[in-house]
Amino acid sequence: MPKNSAAVAGCKRPPPDRSVAPAAGGRRLGIGFIVPVVVFVAVFYLYPLARNVVLSFQDYDINSLYSGNAPFIGLGNYRRLLSTPAFATAVVNTVIFVAGSLFFQFTIGLGLAEFFRRSFPLSPLLRSLMLIPWLLPLVVGGTLFRWLLDTSNGVVNQILLTLHLVQDPVPWLNTPNTAMASVLICNIWIGVPFNMVILHSGLLAIPTELYEAASLDGAGHWQQFRYVTLPQIRPVIGIVVTLGLIYTLKVFDVIWVMTKGGPANATHTITTYAYQLSFGGLSEFGLGAAAGDLLIIVAAVFALLYLRALRADPGARA
Amino acid sequence: MTAARAARSRPATVRGGRSRAAVPTWAKSAFGVAVVAVMLFPLYWMVNASFQTNQQLARPSPHWLPLGGTLNGYRDALSQQGGHLLASLIIAAGATVLTLALAAPAAYALAQLRSPGGRTLLSVLLVVQLVPGIVMANALYQIFASVQILNSALALILADATLAVPFAVLILRAFMTAIPRSLLEAAALDGAGAVRIFWQIVLPISRNALITAGLFAFLFAWGDFLFAATLNLNTTTWKPITLGLYDYIGAGTNTTTWNAVMATAVIASLPAALLLTIAQRHIAAGLTNEAVTD
Repeated sequence: MPKNSAAVAGCKRPPPDRSVAPAAGGRRLGIGFIVPVVVFVAVFYLYPLARNVVLSFQDYDINSLYSGNAPFIGLGNYRRLLSTPAFATAVVNTVIFVAGSLFFQFTIGLGLAEFFRRSFPLSPLLRSLMLIPWLLPLVVGGTLFRWLLDTSNGVVNQILLTLHLVQDPVPWLNTPNTAMASVLICNIWIGVPFNMVILHSGLLAIPTELYEAASLDGAGHWQQFRYVTLPQIRPVIGIVVTLGLIYTLKVFDVIWVMTKGGPANATHTITTYAYQLSFGGLSEFGLGAAAGDLLIIVAAVFALLYLRALRADPGARA
Repeated sequence: MTAARAARSRPATVRGGRSRAAVPTWAKSAFGVAVVAVMLFPLYWMVNASFQTNQQLARPSPHWLPLGGTLNGYRDALSQQGGHLLASLIIAAGATVLTLALAAPAAYALAQLRSPGGRTLLSVLLVVQLVPGIVMANALYQIFASVQILNSALALILADATLAVPFAVLILRAFMTAIPRSLLEAAALDGAGAVRIFWQIVLPISRNALITAGLFAFLFAWGDFLFAATLNLNTTTWKPITLGLYDYIGAGTNTTTWNAVMATAVIASLPAALLLTIAQRHIAAGLTNEAVTD
């Protein structure tokens, strides 16, 4: 399974030669075939996006939902949001969560990809088994880690106690620092397979002659990695990292299921905080929309980086 | 003689340089198994816990094997979550059908027909996948509230399709681009209309790609939690299994029925496991999209 990202697959082939249409009337039919998706995109992406922007300028609460009455307050929501300490915490947490996830997912994924590049018995089977955590619903991953890390009955504490590494059970999800580490570990566990698969396909595309040449020049193991492997998979690294950035930015399930953003906002990211504002009981939809818009801006920056990374990929492989 | 030795010694040097010949393959296999064991340990623990009694689970020392266990966890899970399972099945199936119905014709048009603005549409589809789900959920909630379809199957089918439509179009297009033009032109010469060509040639030939796109659409919808937790939060009839699982543990921190929780988690994971075993060949073929050109 070399390609698991739509974007990678979508960009693999050069655009078809459009000079010959196979059948007369193809053009009209083409329009007919495309219109449903255009309408779908307009209704379910563009309209919600626009709606969200408008919403962020309104004082929209639970009453507005029924009365339809939501006064425009300009930048009021943004001003309120940016002066809320909890939001500042969420921003910091987002940086920690994204950077931590990316670093470990990537390094572990690359290590595994490099290992599974060697041919040995069971290699393909083991590689597909590794994919399972990635295919599971995120809620399952979150629930599972909540059970593993349970203070009194979780296996992690049971093992640590047995080995006398800790004196008392660690309340993983109830202490701010360990709670952040816990959600991070769960998210890393989920994301490693994706990194591994994409990087693995990148490694397979490197011509072996390059290694032979480097080896003849006397390059050792590390030098081959540094001067052959890394430069060769740079486009793939660009894709993996930017996609990872964008996906990690919107992670909701894992955090919400494990900690609900707590304790004391210690694991709230912009995403979970935006959900909390809109749906967490207070129905501050305008405020939630403003937080969501800030998230879009960040995601848009990364999207641009992503498109640039795609363009850097010659398309000959991916 | 000299040439033969050179030919023999060159790969040896290469292998020596990468110091690979030194490690026997069984050691690599053993290491690989160990890595996978560590990686999949959480899953083992999920299955293990699902078969134990809650008394066993509450003891301070872990039971490493699900021996002397019980099926009570599954009994509870099925009796309490059965309705949510059914809801998930219907919603995921609905989202899959909707996704393929929208994506397949569009992908064909983008791949083989002249379609004005096709390139723009492709870029848009690439970019909209990056919109954070929470933004969509927030807006869709207001929109669905105004047309009064919150808390229905339709709400989640429509919302979940947004997760899969761009992905499906891109993957199907990548495949359909590789369909030889000569094949389609031959059919056109035989007098087949464009719709018939699509229906009788393009769709059957794209089977692997359709299965791949369909299965991912199903999995996306099956695993969705955010839309369920916003659009269908206040319903009992159309609550998917992800939300059912969350309800088990969401109420308080002191869950006492971890076996039922883990049994539900196992059941909720089954589609992914089945996908991996049954459809692997189709998916691999669908994703490599090399089948037609070879």
